[in-house]
Amino acid sequence: MHGPATTWRVETRTKTSTIFMAFGALAVIAGLLAPLYVPRAALQDLFFILTMLVLAQSWNLLAGYAGLVSVGQQAFVGLGAYVMFAGVLLFKLDPLVAILLGGFAAALLAIPAGIFAFRLQGAYFAIGTWVVAEIVRLVVAQWKTLGGGTGTSLPGPATRSMLGIDLAKNLFGFRPAQAVDVICYWVALLLAVATILLVYRLLRSRQGLALASVRDNHEAARAIGVDARRLRAIVYVASAFMTGIVGALIYVQKARISPDAAFSLTDWTAYVIFIVVIGGIGTIEGPIVGVLIFFGLQKLLADFGSIYLLVLGLIGIVVMLFAQEGLWGLFASRTGIQLLPVRRLLRGGSLKN
Amino acid sequence: MNWVDTVLQGILLGGLYALFAAGLSLVFGIMRLVNLAHGDLIVLAAYLIFVLVGTLGLNPFVAMAIAMPIMFAIGWLLQTYVFNRTLGPDILPPLLVTFGLSVVLQNGLLQAYSADSRRIPSGYLETASVRLGSLHVGVMPLLTFASALAVIVILNRLLYATELGRAFRATSDDAVTAGLMGIRPQRTFAIATGIAMAVVAIAALYLGTRSNFDPTIGPARLIYAFESVIMGGLGSLWGTLAGGIVLGVAQTIGGAVNPEWQILAGHIAFVLVLLFRPRGLFPRAVD
Amino acid sequence: MALLQTNGLTAFYRDFQALFGVDLWLDAGETVAIVGANGAGKSTLMRSVSGVLRNKPEQIVFDGRPIGALAAPEVMALGIAMVPEGRKLFPSLTVEENLLIGRYGRSTNGPWSLETIYQLFPVLKERRNNPGTALSGGQQQMVSIGRALMSNPHVLLCDELSLGLAPVIIKDIYAAFPAIRESGASIVIVEQDIGQAMKVADRLYCMMEGRVTLSGRPMELKREAIHAAYFGADS
Repeated sequence: MHGPATTWRVETRTKTSTIFMAFGALAVIAGLLAPLYVPRAALQDLFFILTMLVLAQSWNLLAGYAGLVSVGQQAFVGLGAYVMFAGVLLFKLDPLVAILLGGFAAALLAIPAGIFAFRLQGAYFAIGTWVVAEIVRLVVAQWKTLGGGTGTSLPGPATRSMLGIDLAKNLFGFRPAQAVDVICYWVALLLAVATILLVYRLLRSRQGLALASVRDNHEAARAIGVDARRLRAIVYVASAFMTGIVGALIYVQKARISPDAAFSLTDWTAYVIFIVVIGGIGTIEGPIVGVLIFFGLQKLLADFGSIYLLVLGLIGIVVMLFAQEGLWGLFASRTGIQLLPVRRLLRGGSLKN
Repeated sequence: MNWVDTVLQGILLGGLYALFAAGLSLVFGIMRLVNLAHGDLIVLAAYLIFVLVGTLGLNPFVAMAIAMPIMFAIGWLLQTYVFNRTLGPDILPPLLVTFGLSVVLQNGLLQAYSADSRRIPSGYLETASVRLGSLHVGVMPLLTFASALAVIVILNRLLYATELGRAFRATSDDAVTAGLMGIRPQRTFAIATGIAMAVVAIAALYLGTRSNFDPTIGPARLIYAFESVIMGGLGSLWGTLAGGIVLGVAQTIGGAVNPEWQILAGHIAFVLVLLFRPRGLFPRAVD
Repeated sequence: MALLQTNGLTAFYRDFQALFGVDLWLDAGETVAIVGANGAGKSTLMRSVSGVLRNKPEQIVFDGRPIGALAAPEVMALGIAMVPEGRKLFPSLTVEENLLIGRYGRSTNGPWSLETIYQLFPVLKERRNNPGTALSGGQQQMVSIGRALMSNPHVLLCDELSLGLAPVIIKDIYAAFPAIRESGASIVIVEQDIGQAMKVADRLYCMMEGRVTLSGRPMELKREAIHAAYFGADS
């Protein structure tokens, strides 16, 4: 001990994290300007990466922090997308406005879905969310004005007159089809940054601490007055909202929808789970690492069809068996580096030495 | 529309779902393991029987008898080398590992057998039917239901009237104390999963002879199996049969009203049962 | 040579050390009692010997064989049976099934069978088809003892038999011990109740804070010495 000077302070930042924040801000600016120096195909790849990242972050928030292992996130992707289509086709809304509508519809669905699924414990919660997604898919397939089971397309003029298109066209001289991609990309970038900041802020807040306590020990958390059910419900609805918005955005860009594609378990939940698990569940950095690995593998194995998913599944199993904290977790525990720290570190006192 | 016929068809369909679910119910009852690859393992067994019938020209029932020990071995190996490593207080590892296995199996089968749909030929049994009063009932659906009853009776006897069954239940209650009795929990689990997979081979025979199958249909079977188990009440095999029947009847009635509502009606029945009886129809007293 | 012996036994729960070099032995046919306050390490000792906790191989020797690193089922198969603290009956098994499961890992001929257990504890026969956990605490303790005896063990480990039971019931249960000794089993009894332990034991060990602080024959030990060894010298 060093006498009366011994003081303790709680730190939630590290030196690397501050540097990373600055680096991140630069990356976002570079990302915003990407349409100027990146070919259209690469922009579409970036769009894919960013949208998968948002899905991964919101699933990670559910499973990694709130302990809610959902395999039914495709319900929110699909509903968000379909409501966006309905807004554009039936109510002649601007696609960007309809995206928001899609998000709200997903959040609205999350309320009854949650009331039902929260009655089920642990693994049965997972099955419950899946059944909900199946029900929504089967009901939407009955929606004849939106093409029923075969689906429908967005008319070209609807997206080409979207908010911001003129800006993109006039400012940068893009052709209309290209301008749609650029707008979608910008929205995806915005969403990805917003999601990461939102999750980051949530986890660093009092509520975030409470959430971790709920995940780590249900009973103890309740004993110290944390309302676990309410907290988890909020996280469930919030992640449905994010998932719904991204789902709608993805389908603005795709411009063609069908129930089987929009409610695909593989595309919107399986991929996402593997991204989070391989990258590192329960960290913000994990999904970022995971989505890059996922994209790399996809490019590498694109020509091999189902082998790709086979490999992805095997990697997921191996990571879960032998490195449960994921690749980022392995890296972080070896080096002690945290880019987006959400833990509180106790510094000072005798530990200074 | 003949309601009696519809309900009867639904009950018989419930037998198929109970067969899908029996192994799942057994494994969950003993080790609280939720195997998300269960449906894909049924499909794997169906391909196994399909290949045995196709290449060796075997009778499908003989092929099933050969598939049973093979599936037992697969289950034993999976439990010993994969699933046992994931068991613990955290539910995430078993869920994600079995989910990964599900994706691996589906795509492995796609790679090996393409996406073409197949059917196990069962000769005259495919169309054979018997008269029950004014109703004609298919022999295959009847055989399926009878097999489901037999499987449940045998599994119940195994659980409640054998030394192995005592060990299963003791391990399920308290694995540490079971160790003090000389029971090796991980070995017990491996045998249980082996038995569940042998039952899967029986389910696969009926899956493959009664309708077409392809590598992607596993997850839907898994959902039906789970709905049966949960509706019936966790850990009760007769409950699982009851759950399967509720699901089957809901589906055939829904389908009779509008063919597009068949599957939807089953899911809605599941949601309704759980809203009114959160622990299922026949919850186990001790849990 | 002793039937069962520990040599400088150490045990850990992660970073926490619970036993600091415990040396004790049990001769064939002997009954030994281990007494000590809560947290003295008695239960850790039982868990180590029975294989629930793994230790260094040579720290526990049974019949000339190092068994410290063996798992519980292997230890049990050698003939060391345990009556665990808190009785630990299997709730989904009936009384009779609870008894039968006791010989799952070691089915040898010997004095103990369903019949002789029912002779030892007649009340269990009447209730043999009840779920084990439907019985009173004392009856549950009888089932737990009977379950361990079903494997006809060489060594019977009894962890805190009297915990939570009324004195008159504790007396009933200990009344069975002469018969168990006669059957040839060597017995280790862990107790907080010193009086009860001194009555049945040939030798006594006192433990405190993970160490043996006193040992000897009950007759030869002074009350004050036991008191000091049990609660610490200062109290």
